[in-house]
Amino acid sequence: MSGDSAASAPGRSGARPERPVGRKRSGSRWGRFLESGLLLQGGVQGSPVIRLFMRWVRRPLLPVMRLWRRNIQLKVVVTTLLMSLGVVLLLGFVVIGQVRNGLLDAKVKASQSQATGGFAVAKQRADEAASGTGDDVATADGRPAQNVIQWMSDLVSSLSSGGQGAFDVVTLPASEADGTGGRGPRASGEVNWSKSVPADLRERIGSSTTAAQSYARIVYNNKTRDSQPGLVIGKQVNDPNGNPYQLYYLFPLTQEEKSLSLVKGTLATAGLFVVVLLGAIAWLVVRQVVTPVRMAAGIAERLSAGRLQERMKVTGEDDIARLGEAFNKMAQNLQLKISQLEDLSRMQRRFVSDVSHELRTPLTTVRMAADVIHEARVDFDPITARSAELLADQLDRFESLLADLLEISRFDAGAAALEAEPIDLRDVVRRVVSGAEPLAERKGTRIRILGDQQPVVAEADARRVERVLRNLVVNAVEHGEGKDVVVKLAAAGGAVAVAVRDYGVGLKPGEATRVFSRFWRADPARARTTGGTGLGLSIALEDARLHGGWLQAWGEPGGGSQFRLTLPRTADEPLRGSPIPLEPKDSRRNRGLDDAGLPCGGGDGEKRATVPAQPVSGPAPQGAKRDPIPPRATPTADPTALPGNGSRVVPRPASGSRGKGGPAGAEQPAPGGVSGPEETGRDEEADGRSGRDPVVNGPRDEDDGSVGPGGREAEQGDVDRQGEASRGR
Amino acid sequence: MMSFMKGRVLVVDDDTALAEMLGIVLRGEGFEPSFVADGDKALAAFREAKPDLVLLDLMLPGRDGIEVCRLIRAESGVPIVMLTAKSDTVDVVVGLESGADDYIVKPFKPKELVARIRARLRRSEEPAPEQLAIGDLVIDVAGHSVKRDGQSIALTPLEFDLLVALARKPWQVFTREVLLEQVWGYRHAADTRLVNVHVQRLRSKVEKDPEKPEIVVTVRGVGYKAGPS
Repeated sequence: MSGDSAASAPGRSGARPERPVGRKRSGSRWGRFLESGLLLQGGVQGSPVIRLFMRWVRRPLLPVMRLWRRNIQLKVVVTTLLMSLGVVLLLGFVVIGQVRNGLLDAKVKASQSQATGGFAVAKQRADEAASGTGDDVATADGRPAQNVIQWMSDLVSSLSSGGQGAFDVVTLPASEADGTGGRGPRASGEVNWSKSVPADLRERIGSSTTAAQSYARIVYNNKTRDSQPGLVIGKQVNDPNGNPYQLYYLFPLTQEEKSLSLVKGTLATAGLFVVVLLGAIAWLVVRQVVTPVRMAAGIAERLSAGRLQERMKVTGEDDIARLGEAFNKMAQNLQLKISQLEDLSRMQRRFVSDVSHELRTPLTTVRMAADVIHEARVDFDPITARSAELLADQLDRFESLLADLLEISRFDAGAAALEAEPIDLRDVVRRVVSGAEPLAERKGTRIRILGDQQPVVAEADARRVERVLRNLVVNAVEHGEGKDVVVKLAAAGGAVAVAVRDYGVGLKPGEATRVFSRFWRADPARARTTGGTGLGLSIALEDARLHGGWLQAWGEPGGGSQFRLTLPRTADEPLRGSPIPLEPKDSRRNRGLDDAGLPCGGGDGEKRATVPAQPVSGPAPQGAKRDPIPPRATPTADPTALPGNGSRVVPRPASGSRGKGGPAGAEQPAPGGVSGPEETGRDEEADGRSGRDPVVNGPRDEDDGSVGPGGREAEQGDVDRQGEASRGR
Repeated sequence: MMSFMKGRVLVVDDDTALAEMLGIVLRGEGFEPSFVADGDKALAAFREAKPDLVLLDLMLPGRDGIEVCRLIRAESGVPIVMLTAKSDTVDVVVGLESGADDYIVKPFKPKELVARIRARLRRSEEPAPEQLAIGDLVIDVAGHSVKRDGQSIALTPLEFDLLVALARKPWQVFTREVLLEQVWGYRHAADTRLVNVHVQRLRSKVEKDPEKPEIVVTVRGVGYKAGPS
């Protein structure tokens, strides 16, 4: 019906005031709904070609879908439009149906009575003619037919003359065969009888004597007159000769149709306005609610961006106003707390700064005095001379300790600032290595640099990076037991990395995380030659974290260790991986694996290396909190929890958590994540082959292929996460 | 040890013990130290003593070291070495921007201090007859003057040294480390902020538009070089 197409227009135009983009989206709305179903299917299954096609179809729709997802006002307005359109359509159908019924009922009744009258007249005329001209009929056999023809023409014209265009009359022979003999069809008002009188009506009339009616389209022979809908009422009556013929009254329904279309038009216009107005109302109403929400969202964003003075405008006392008040209160409390924390931090920083100054001035005097005394020690007696030496040495140590403490407290106070600029890490590494040469020479160590063929540039604070690397290299030389130290550089993707590898005493299980603890020492009994402060690696870790980078350790007892510094190539870019695997290729486990010829299935290992490790090593350095398995990771990260961890592990029977061949993933030893490596570490003494088991391997990523039986993998997996904790702390 | 290196050093420090110790060390190295403990009196003492170098503690009663540094620099290009307990960015940079040539962080070793003082004093000696051009500037090394279109530009000795170092090898890009070694006399890499700050100060004096430097050009990621002359 026409209301249909008329009412769908407001839907379109109603969406227009919403947003300029709305026009575009509303145009393809239906298509989108249609496609979204298809898309879903396409996403789930389907050949690549179909998927490609779907992607191609979906691409132009993406902004529209995005707008739809993000704009509640649009959603409400569109929903309102659609629903009101439905209601208006439904109403329109009902109303129009009713009006039509009413109009037609009256017309049909009037027509029926008219037709009944007509039929009666026709019958009466026939009777009159039959009785009045009985002789004619009886005597002449040629004329009667002529008479009947004339009579019938008269009848038609006299019957139709009463209508004056309100109806037309048609007579048809009772059967087609009767059409001959002059008693053919007649029609008033140029009605094309054959087209106007439906065949089924003729049949019905022919088979009974009662009147029947049907709706039909009245067609005229005159081309200039349009056909029009009409009601046809017919009856079989007898002519004066007693032969049956069919008499039809054709009532045009033009008037009624006009009335109906007027009603339709009115309804459609009204419906259109209703839909448009409802859309507009919905838009206005939603706007009232959405505007404050959007304002709140915007202000919340600005708050989180640090503009703590931002407040919502509150007017009235309605729910929106309450939202605003609550929001403002929240913002105020936040501001208060933040400023308190800032004050605290400032005080802390100030304190550190003051302590620093207050301590350093006298220390400078002492230092100078000690040096003067030290210079003059040749003139002293041996005891005093030695004392002077000790004084000077310990002053050095005291100084570096103080410097490190202040540096750490600066980190803790959040006062450390990054001065990042693009630097070539090769220069830094070369400086560090040349600085460590004297110590290396004393130790008989050779420091090799790998991967310095091309520039390794990253946005970093050269001073801090140098400090980190110096620390790592000096540590490596110190613990390298005279063996080579390899410094490896690499850059890939958005990250650069420097790994410092030594082949010295290595790290015991669990130590890879503990090395970064403050004042932690690998072995308290071990003599230290350079007298580090015990804060070096903690500061290094903080430095790495300040860059948004990682500092991680890997080591195996007797097999050396590797410390890897990974930095994002540009500041503010999150790290996703490191160009250098944390566990070196020449680790005992990897080498053992190669030499032994993969007794436990090499393919397994390769798969394992590529699949699970990477996502775990993914999270950014602060990831400890976000780590998927924080409960296990955090305790090991917490230095205070460490001793307990170790002791809990040791008594566990060796067979208990091995789970060799057992369910790989399920056999993860509960909180004692360390148990795996701890055990394999012990195992190592008994079983030469198992030396390839990692002792402590941090997050295993990239290509460091590792093979192990299922149970071990599970254990290692555990350790991996532990290693993760180190950078998280 | 160079036997007789003349040098009057004004020590501005409120810590009497440290000042005395500095005095002992400086005298031991052949310098002539004079002392002032108050920031307010520092300028008067400076005018009176006419030192060849100022050792300036940043934290002073009365006027603080930064202010004193600014006042001295306003009337003289004498080398100023700051003594600071804070190696934090802000303090050092503020100190350098206020006109100090170098800084030394407490606690320092006497040798370190003396080396630093010597480096600064040596720079202001040793003239060599030489004429250099950089950009549209003409540098008379012996006469210690920089001229643009016959108009001389006042530079501190350190700024002059920096400019001369760049102008002598206009084809070379100097890393900050190299400049630290050549101009400041550091043998080991030190704080490159020294270079940054002094390049800024130098530019503010010699460039027509310090925002678009033409004389001291930054080579991103490497360092600085002299602009085309």
